[in-house]
Amino acid sequence: MSELKVIHEKAECLYGNYDRKGELQHQTHYCPGCGHGVAHKLLAEVIDELGIRDRVILVSPVGCSVFAYYYFDVGNVQVAHGRAPAVATALKRSHPESIVITYQGDGDLAAIGSAEIMHAANRSECYTALFVNNAIYGMTGGQCAPTSLLGDKTTTTPFGRTTANDGYPLKVSELLSALDGPVFIERGGLGNAKQILQTKRAIKRALETQMKGLGFSLVEMLSPCPTIWKMDPVDAQRHVREVLAPIYPIGNKLDRTKDRAPRAAAPPPPPLSELPRILKLPVAPTDAPVELVKPDSEYRIKIAGFGGQGVLLLGQLIAEAGMDDGLDVSWLPSYGPEMRSGTSNCHVRLSTKHVDSPLVSRPNVLIALNEPSLRKFIATVDTGGLVLYNGDSIPTDCIRTDITMQALPFASIADELGSPKVANIVVLGAFLAATNALPLAVVDRAMARVVKGEKWLEIDRRAMARGIAEMQSTEVKVHV
Amino acid sequence: MFATAIEEEIDIKGYVEINTDECKGCGLCVEACTTKVLSLSPCLNRYGYHTATNSDKPCNGCGLCFYVCPEPGAIKVFKAVN
Repeated sequence: MSELKVIHEKAECLYGNYDRKGELQHQTHYCPGCGHGVAHKLLAEVIDELGIRDRVILVSPVGCSVFAYYYFDVGNVQVAHGRAPAVATALKRSHPESIVITYQGDGDLAAIGSAEIMHAANRSECYTALFVNNAIYGMTGGQCAPTSLLGDKTTTTPFGRTTANDGYPLKVSELLSALDGPVFIERGGLGNAKQILQTKRAIKRALETQMKGLGFSLVEMLSPCPTIWKMDPVDAQRHVREVLAPIYPIGNKLDRTKDRAPRAAAPPPPPLSELPRILKLPVAPTDAPVELVKPDSEYRIKIAGFGGQGVLLLGQLIAEAGMDDGLDVSWLPSYGPEMRSGTSNCHVRLSTKHVDSPLVSRPNVLIALNEPSLRKFIATVDTGGLVLYNGDSIPTDCIRTDITMQALPFASIADELGSPKVANIVVLGAFLAATNALPLAVVDRAMARVVKGEKWLEIDRRAMARGIAEMQSTEVKVHV
Repeated sequence: MFATAIEEEIDIKGYVEINTDECKGCGLCVEACTTKVLSLSPCLNRYGYHTATNSDKPCNGCGLCFYVCPEPGAIKVFKAVN
């Protein structure tokens, strides 16, 4: 008597439940008849068959398949549009034992990400790219893609794609096969069961290429998009077979698996403790007393002024010194393309806890090096905060009583010291004197490292001392 | 349910189980089915799809419906082994 056994069911490396949103957790978010579901199924089966689930890192793209991480129970990263090859390069190089798979559509890989894929393939980065080509932008509603066929009516080519205006369909697999780097490139289709099974074999061979360490592999899949093509799923599948496949011939495009030797694994990165020696950083004296417990403090500093006033350098110095002092820090510059005279600001955070975001939208320290900056940011300063303003006095309409405000003519003081350029360092001294945010010795060490040239270091040291003295004479003290 | 069916019909070669909650009624399995076992149901499921359904024709367990189906878990295929 015969017995029925399950021969095909949902792959193990797909989640049982897709924890994407409250409703419909049992089905994918793809339209009926979408090629992505089939491509997911093939990839999941191959991962299970090769037994590599614990090693796989899947890079999700931008496009309909952006949610791939909701479906695959593997390591997942979701990346910016077209940047999957760059991220995959980093993942594979830093985790050589992992199996890195990128999953990209044609708008992602062939349009905005065309440079990334080209160079990743040319470097023969040892990862596997899955390229789902439906010859149109699906998620955004049907714009012309580089892969759209001539004559295709899309929202951006309403009279049909023409060579005069839009060039020719981009044949990515053939293009990449012309390079010396890639090892395995094959184009498959999702147009019927035969094509689908061929594609599965191609995905398996591509992953095996990576597992052997041979180099770059790519599988292109011609995929139906019934919704955007405005066809029913069966007609869309026929369209793949009868219209797409003649333009994008299915089959193996490149197979160097026999001639290519496995690449030697990259040497392991040096331990973190070695970094100061490699970067030739001055080593802090080990006999310095170490303060183990610091009172909680968090400085959210916004420094604003004209380009050329040293706004960014001041922020960088505070951040560097904070880092030396063992705080969590961030430094985020924001400036226009102007070298001088344009507005410029930077966000600095110093915290005894983790810094959650480098943005400072509610500063508790505002350093305004000119009046427009003061006017622009004064309203954002948190209650109890500190404002340091480069000027003789605070403009009366900017005065707030719930914060500490101090005006000092930093630029004139710097001029007296020998260069108006060191106004930012005078401000640094004033900031340190007012807040005690950082030990002076630590700041001095950071300054010696960041400032180039003995002459400038000498004048900067005088500027900092002067800033401290000026602030102490005002008796302004703030603790955050 | 089908277990009893197996006992009654020992010459059965295969069987397809459709998860009607996952099926979106695209009809690709119906198109791919070599033995015409599958068809779209005249009834709607609770999401408004005419889901795939088995008929009483014999299934040979070829599994093609599984591979063309875009929903990873909508179809489960059983095959008879001696």
